[in-house]
Amino acid sequence: MSYASDRELAVDRTARSSRFKPWAFFAIPILAILFQVYVPLFLPFLSYLELPLMVVIYFALMRRSQVRGLFIGALVGLAQDSLSNNPLGMFGICNTLVGYFAASFGLKIDVEQPFVRLLMTFLLFFFQKFLYWVLTRALLAQPSLFDWRETAILAALNSVVGVFLYHFLDRLREDR
Amino acid sequence: MENLINRYRNFTTLILVLFAQLILLAYQVKGNKDVPLLRVWAVTAVTPIATLVEDVRSGVSGFFENYFTLRDVRSENKQMREEMGRLKLENQFLKTELSTAERAKALASFSARSPSKMVAARIVGTGTGGNNKVVFIDRGANAGVQKGMGVVTPDGIVGNVLAAYPTASKVLLVTDPGFAAGVISQKNHVRGVLKGLGYGRCRVDYVENEQKVDMGEEFFTSGDDRVYPQGIPVGKVTAVHDGTSVKEIYVSPAALEQSPEDVLVILEGVNQIVPEYQAPAKQVYLGPDPNPQAADTPTTTGPLQTTADKVMEKYKQIGEQENHKYGVNPSGARPIDFNIKLNPNAPKPAPGPVKPDAGGPPKPAPGEVIEPDVTEAPKPAPKPATPPAGPASPAPAPR
Repeated sequence: MSYASDRELAVDRTARSSRFKPWAFFAIPILAILFQVYVPLFLPFLSYLELPLMVVIYFALMRRSQVRGLFIGALVGLAQDSLSNNPLGMFGICNTLVGYFAASFGLKIDVEQPFVRLLMTFLLFFFQKFLYWVLTRALLAQPSLFDWRETAILAALNSVVGVFLYHFLDRLREDR
Repeated sequence: MENLINRYRNFTTLILVLFAQLILLAYQVKGNKDVPLLRVWAVTAVTPIATLVEDVRSGVSGFFENYFTLRDVRSENKQMREEMGRLKLENQFLKTELSTAERAKALASFSARSPSKMVAARIVGTGTGGNNKVVFIDRGANAGVQKGMGVVTPDGIVGNVLAAYPTASKVLLVTDPGFAAGVISQKNHVRGVLKGLGYGRCRVDYVENEQKVDMGEEFFTSGDDRVYPQGIPVGKVTAVHDGTSVKEIYVSPAALEQSPEDVLVILEGVNQIVPEYQAPAKQVYLGPDPNPQAADTPTTTGPLQTTADKVMEKYKQIGEQENHKYGVNPSGARPIDFNIKLNPNAPKPAPGPVKPDAGGPPKPAPGEVIEPDVTEAPKPAPKPATPPAGPASPAPAPR
């Protein structure tokens, strides 16, 4: 791809990127993290929902900016690390890559379609879990197992929830 | 060059952000250090909101439940729960005191001992990420909580404080793979290290295969780790079997069986004695006496079955031949000879208990020596076809 075509892509991306109310970029990730911190206390089965990851995927897909996507992912990931028992950076690295890849996909495909969103969430959820497992073994040298069947089921569940969540988040867009 | 950077601006930014986080990770992992600033920011930002949400939730639900459905029952229930928790702790303490007093050697420690100093806290949130087991409590450094302190409930240990922030603390649960605590079994006093497995159960490591641990046996804290004082319940053994070098013991943590909402942080621990094991009383069925009147009557026995019966019968016959009454051995009396040959024609007594006084020669007086009559030979029977029915003359015992 030539430099000129990159410029054209950037212009087109700017034209197609969604705009949100400024407070949404802060409030939605915080609410997602709060949900993960607070709700499983009373409804333990909801601890399998990765709302922060869905929020990262959504903003990265809809903003169609790789830089913004990776920064959103890094910040949300570091916040998750701060509230977990992990060293800082584990979720940060995973979510940075998720945000970057989601934004890259958002540049090339139409992410308004529910099926595309479902598929993207499934793939990126699986990717994040796999990458986290690799980092746990490679960087922390901790023995852990990767159950791909369980991860696939969780990815499917999160994808379904994600489609409804994205539909709700679409209402916060200013360009609609 | 500028064009190149502009062209790969996104990718360069990605590499820089990833590299920065890798450096951050390496700094923490290699140096075993933490970056408290970011964690303090995140926890300080999140836990007050979680506390506020919890207050609103409990307030709203409490309002409806108190005034529309249960009125005073809820507050009474809460009060009774608190009272029950206090009584459980008091009961545990008194049990320990009683056990110590029974041994009578620890009166000094009894008088010197005082209960652990604790502070109550409430769980207001869980940690992020599915693998680790972390909760947040609403007491932090301002309340005297410090990193490493133990967290318990009256039912058992919950975890330990991983980090203390001004208004909240992060608690590592006993089920987290990174958790470890010294424990001791109640019955056999086997020491080990309790470790989390990442799910509902824990494992006790470093117990040799030769040591004995029973199913259902309870583990208590041993106090070796200097985090938990000795004598706090941990949980019961749910599975135990020999491993390659050490036993594999699985324990169900008692405190987490019902998700705790309120916990106690041990500010100053005081060791207690592990309560003595009391074996459960086994109920054995005892039927009523089927024939109480027949209990005094002698029982009749069947034909001789065992070797013991035959030996006893032989000795009875020897006793009759020797005119010896078992159990009566006056001084000066000749001792009985068990090596004599029995007269095969001697009548066999009827099976059943023998009454020593029934029949037989007269009882010799004490000191009297009975000599066998060797001059009188037995009269030969006139070719009897069958052995004589009457008692045969005893053969003289060869001496």
